[in-house]
Amino acid sequence: MKLTGAELIVQLLERQGIRTVAGIPGGANLPLYHALAESGLRHILVRHEQGGGFIAQGMARATGRAAVCFATSGPGATNLLTAIADAKLDSIPVIGITGQVPASLIGTDAFQEVDTYGLTIPITKHNYLVKDAAELVQVIPEAFRVALSGRPGPVVIDVPKDVQKAAVEIDALPEPGAADPAPRPDPASLRRAAEMISAAKRPVVYAGGGVISADASGLLRELVARCDLPVTATLMALGALPADDPRFLGMLGMHGSMATNAIVDKADLLIVCGARFDDRATGKVEAFAPNAAVIHIDVDSAELGKIRSLGERDAAVSGDVGVALTALLALAPAAKRTQWWKEIDAVKAAHPETPPEDPMHPWSLIRSIGAMAPLDAIVTTDVGQHQMWAAQAYPVRYPRSFLTSGGLGTMGFGLPAAIGAALARPECTVIALVGDGSLLMNVQELATLAEIGLNIKVFVFDNGQLGLVRQQQELFYQERYVASRFERRPDLAAIARGFGIEACPLASFDAAVVEQALLTDGPVLVNMAVSETENVFPMVPPGAANVQAIIRAPKDRAGRRS
Amino acid sequence: MYIPNTIIELLVDNHAGVMSHITGLFSRRGFNLEAILCAPVNGGETSRMYLLVNRDGRLEQIVRQLEKLRDVRSVTVRDDYDHTVFARIEDLITSGAG
Ligand SMILES: Cc1ncc(C[n+]2csc(CCOP(=O)(O)OP(=O)(O)O)c2C)c(N)n1
Repeated sequence: MKLTGAELIVQLLERQGIRTVAGIPGGANLPLYHALAESGLRHILVRHEQGGGFIAQGMARATGRAAVCFATSGPGATNLLTAIADAKLDSIPVIGITGQVPASLIGTDAFQEVDTYGLTIPITKHNYLVKDAAELVQVIPEAFRVALSGRPGPVVIDVPKDVQKAAVEIDALPEPGAADPAPRPDPASLRRAAEMISAAKRPVVYAGGGVISADASGLLRELVARCDLPVTATLMALGALPADDPRFLGMLGMHGSMATNAIVDKADLLIVCGARFDDRATGKVEAFAPNAAVIHIDVDSAELGKIRSLGERDAAVSGDVGVALTALLALAPAAKRTQWWKEIDAVKAAHPETPPEDPMHPWSLIRSIGAMAPLDAIVTTDVGQHQMWAAQAYPVRYPRSFLTSGGLGTMGFGLPAAIGAALARPECTVIALVGDGSLLMNVQELATLAEIGLNIKVFVFDNGQLGLVRQQQELFYQERYVASRFERRPDLAAIARGFGIEACPLASFDAAVVEQALLTDGPVLVNMAVSETENVFPMVPPGAANVQAIIRAPKDRAGRRS
Repeated sequence: MYIPNTIIELLVDNHAGVMSHITGLFSRRGFNLEAILCAPVNGGETSRMYLLVNRDGRLEQIVRQLEKLRDVRSVTVRDDYDHTVFARIEDLITSGAG
């Protein structure tokens, strides 16, 4: 059959099971858009390519399947970069297809030419510049295979306009690209890990995003029950165990609870599952679980020993977390760890949590929303204080139901990621917990949302500040508040209404308003006026050990005028 | 402090972006790269590349990161090679300059 490169791309995407793509057309990808007209693909017209990238991320994070976004050359491609970099750091399978100037013009500073290939090398798992339309039959399936295999990640395919227009003769379309079989760990390393688990007196599981991306949460729950193991999670692993599981200790690290960090500190064995010793999780690395031997399970063997070197007493398990957990379930004897749980309970008793009393405290608001939300709701967050409060307070019940920008920490993630999640899981209510600062970074996507009318509830934590920046200035920069306060505060509810989204302000707590928002069909925005000066605690000061977290602002600051 | 060097031998797909992928990995991750030698083999379908790198604690991490690149087909640390080839290039460069 004879097809244009653009038609070929569209057909290959359909064969990959893609139903929805997000993007914006422009000169260099118009042939691709032309081909969309005759396809079954649904196109979501975003208002900024970064929004398109995050919509694709929302789809991918909510399902584990690869998702696709389109951008034109030059500014379209550069606008997409942040969302691609974000996907790289959180290992999300997103495929960006960018238009490029015709091949004959590459290198001539043509109109809207940028070196998309060069720009995306460091922020993708792999990237392609397609020189010939015939290559597409190999490149598109391979892009999906690369994005999904092993440790997932983003792929960018840059396609010059003339390649999109060129006619190609092909006999048959190739098989869709799929993830390679999950890499199986070396059995000896698993046997050793099982022995270490059964010999340990004070083991702790440190679960990371790899557990979610390997769809291994169920297996983790089984192993944890069988071997009676306490579990802490990184920001990326929230939902791997239900928040109310008695063996779940909550999040560790910079804004983890004092008790959780203290328990990790006491561990004699850390069972690291799909986590990478990120500095936000470990604090000062040398002081992180200093007495623990380590079992490090990761599908990306470059992570083993990257931050925490593994020695004689440790075990490196290179392979799929799910495969490893299945093996450990068969190898590790069942256990009951009464003594260790006694110690854990004592640590918890020594660091009691005192929830804020004010119902308008963001922590309380998040608890209230969580209590009223449907059990299968998907939550997205932006980046800042509200994100950390969400991680602390939202009762995350399932994997892939807490979507947040962990590695790159990109403000503006919450709204478009919610749109992507709602597109991929239309049966679920999607709750976007966003900051007033972050919302404005992709506020234009309210137009997209109004147009497609998804079941998304946007709750804005409006503190008139770049709150997390303000907090650091208060705690570590002698209260010099430079550029962290908004001098003028826009009326975000009015803005939402201007986009055609139902919206209301919430100045004092009213459960009925929250409930009404959750029950209303379609998009709603609730703008919640919260304190301008609240801080997220505990907080591990940058560079300090996790056990040196502070739980309130030091009151005796030298030179402070009141 | 003297840090001894060693050679990493790579077999890579031969296309325009590969060198960028390799050198970008080194600069991005803060690995030292002392010298590179590269030439097409197999009629141009692949290239063989020799990287002169520090033999320090990061060597293993460099190898693992290289192995993750799609265009890298094989990575071998060659302790059996002497470094005269790089020394000869240095001679060539200095004599050419003089
Ligand atoms: C794109 C981007 N720019 C800057 C930052 C640095 N930063 C981290 S948190 C933050 C403040 C976020 O403010 P807001 O969204 O209102 O949330 P809050 O902390 O007030 O809850 C800033 C500026 C960032 N993470 N992302």
